[in-house]
Amino acid sequence: MIEISGLCKRFGAVTAIRDVTMRAADGRITGLLGPNGAGKSTTLRILYTVLRADAGDAEVDGVSVTRAPLEARRRIGVLPHAAGIYPHLSARENILYFGALHGIARAVCEERAAQLLEMLEMQDYAERPAKGFSQGQRLKTALARALVHGPQNLILDEPTNGLDVMAVRNLRALLARLRAHGHCVLFSSHVMQEVAALCDDVVVIAHGCVVASGTPDEIRAHAGRDDLEEAFVRIIGSVEGLA
Amino acid sequence: MVLCKELRESLRERRTLFSALLLGPVFVPALFALMLNLMIRHGSSEAEAPLEVAVSHAERAPNLVSQLDQHGIGVVRVDYDDRAARAAVQSRRHSLVLLIPELYARQLDSAAPAPLLLYADSSDGSDEQGRARLRAVLSQYNSGLARLRLLARGIDPLVLSPIALQDVDVATPASRSVLALGMLSYLLLLTMFTGGLYLAIDATAGERERGSLEPLLTVPVPRAQLIYGKIAAACAFMLLSLTLTVTAIALVLSHVGLERFGMSANFGPATALAAIGCCAPLAPLGAALMTIVAASTRTYREAQTYVGLMLFVPTFPLIFASAIGLKPSTALMAVPCLSQHFLITSLLRAEPIPGAYLALSIGSTLVLGALLIALAGRLYRREALLG
Repeated sequence: MIEISGLCKRFGAVTAIRDVTMRAADGRITGLLGPNGAGKSTTLRILYTVLRADAGDAEVDGVSVTRAPLEARRRIGVLPHAAGIYPHLSARENILYFGALHGIARAVCEERAAQLLEMLEMQDYAERPAKGFSQGQRLKTALARALVHGPQNLILDEPTNGLDVMAVRNLRALLARLRAHGHCVLFSSHVMQEVAALCDDVVVIAHGCVVASGTPDEIRAHAGRDDLEEAFVRIIGSVEGLA
Repeated sequence: MVLCKELRESLRERRTLFSALLLGPVFVPALFALMLNLMIRHGSSEAEAPLEVAVSHAERAPNLVSQLDQHGIGVVRVDYDDRAARAAVQSRRHSLVLLIPELYARQLDSAAPAPLLLYADSSDGSDEQGRARLRAVLSQYNSGLARLRLLARGIDPLVLSPIALQDVDVATPASRSVLALGMLSYLLLLTMFTGGLYLAIDATAGERERGSLEPLLTVPVPRAQLIYGKIAAACAFMLLSLTLTVTAIALVLSHVGLERFGMSANFGPATALAAIGCCAPLAPLGAALMTIVAASTRTYREAQTYVGLMLFVPTFPLIFASAIGLKPSTALMAVPCLSQHFLITSLLRAEPIPGAYLALSIGSTLVLGALLIALAGRLYRREALLG
């Protein structure tokens, strides 16, 4: 479970986010929806402890990311926006390396990697160096890497960017499976259909603030529109920056 | 852990391997051997090389010509006047032209200074030695004549030699070889730095550019430890590169045969080990320095440029030292790079190295290295790292 309260972050004169408060529950998929530059990535980056908040805090399963970042990192799996993998290592080695960094014993790590490779249907290219991977293969590798330590919470920053339809469907199926196992999944997107198709809860963020949150139905009701996209546009108050 | 992975990845990358294991240890000694060979051939061949002088109107000075002949200077008889002689030298038909004027024989007979004209191009350095040889032979002929004249007048020729100057060269064969091996410490340091160069860039700027830095920062390992691992990996590569280079140079030197040159290279296994030992403390410093520079740049290319420039930093003290002729002293031994240079030079000269110098060199280098590593750790804790 992830709880964010009163998060603020400034980069020099630019205020990226001001007062972001939201929560993502276990066993649910939460979508962080907003136009480009709304502060989605900044929020997530603070959450996965790469950035430090100027004010406010976030808790992962009750562990503060500002006070105990290392402990918080153990409880999350992260797929950042630019999820680069090591081109000279094979898919399996990429996964094992992160397992080792998480301090997992070698044998456990191997077993876990084998499971993930099977679950994500990556056996065909598991031993190939990652240099020649397609976008989808890279994403799967990065995803497996994020899951190697079996985190309760999964954070994904625009995971469907640059993927083809089949890869997106596979990703959705995977996220749904994680939800079924009681995991907390939080992902950001600026694509309406994606959020509508997948999310149990939606948090709409614009200009660094949370402007609406709830189930897709609640959002629609809140905006007085039947169509989620219409509702979204209305809430944000402009079509600017929409995909 | 980070160390293992960086090493494994680097071992698979051709560029890193090339710069660390091939460029340094193979290319540099090869270059070095070539240089030495050229120097040896150059130095030993000049003396025996046939020297040719074009002599105009040789018939006016038969004694002089036979004197030249006796000293192995080939005489080409030509018939030039002043203009033709100048033209011949300028057009490089002859590098040296000796013109014997009409006046020569008459002046010689009347015991007045006999004119001789020597045409040469002083801007052409390649026949400097030949010119000096010709001058030496001529001045020998000159003093021979003078002596004869003195004798003819009943004066002891020794009055012309109030001073008997003798050169005593105290250079030992080993210390003489240092001249030829002066570049060695420079090359060693340079190859060692080059060895870790790509790894340092790849592990920092490269990692950020590929986007694998952000995921890496989400693992429950303190950031400082991540950078320590990367520095350690660069260190390992530098040491590997250093070892290979020293080994290769030792092999090359045993084949080049400096003995022909009257020099003993003094580069046996013991010296090689000592040289590695002297340079090794520099590895953490260099690795940290390169990592810091690479980590504070924005892109891979930028990192390449800056780290490439930075390669010259360790050579500044060396150039400075040789320019103003610094001698080893306790204070200078605290200067990294410079102290290693002094130590290696001493090793090659087979000179005893004071224990204090050695301790100071290793100590100061390691301390500075530790400081830089700590600085790198601090740098990696900054947010701006993500770019």
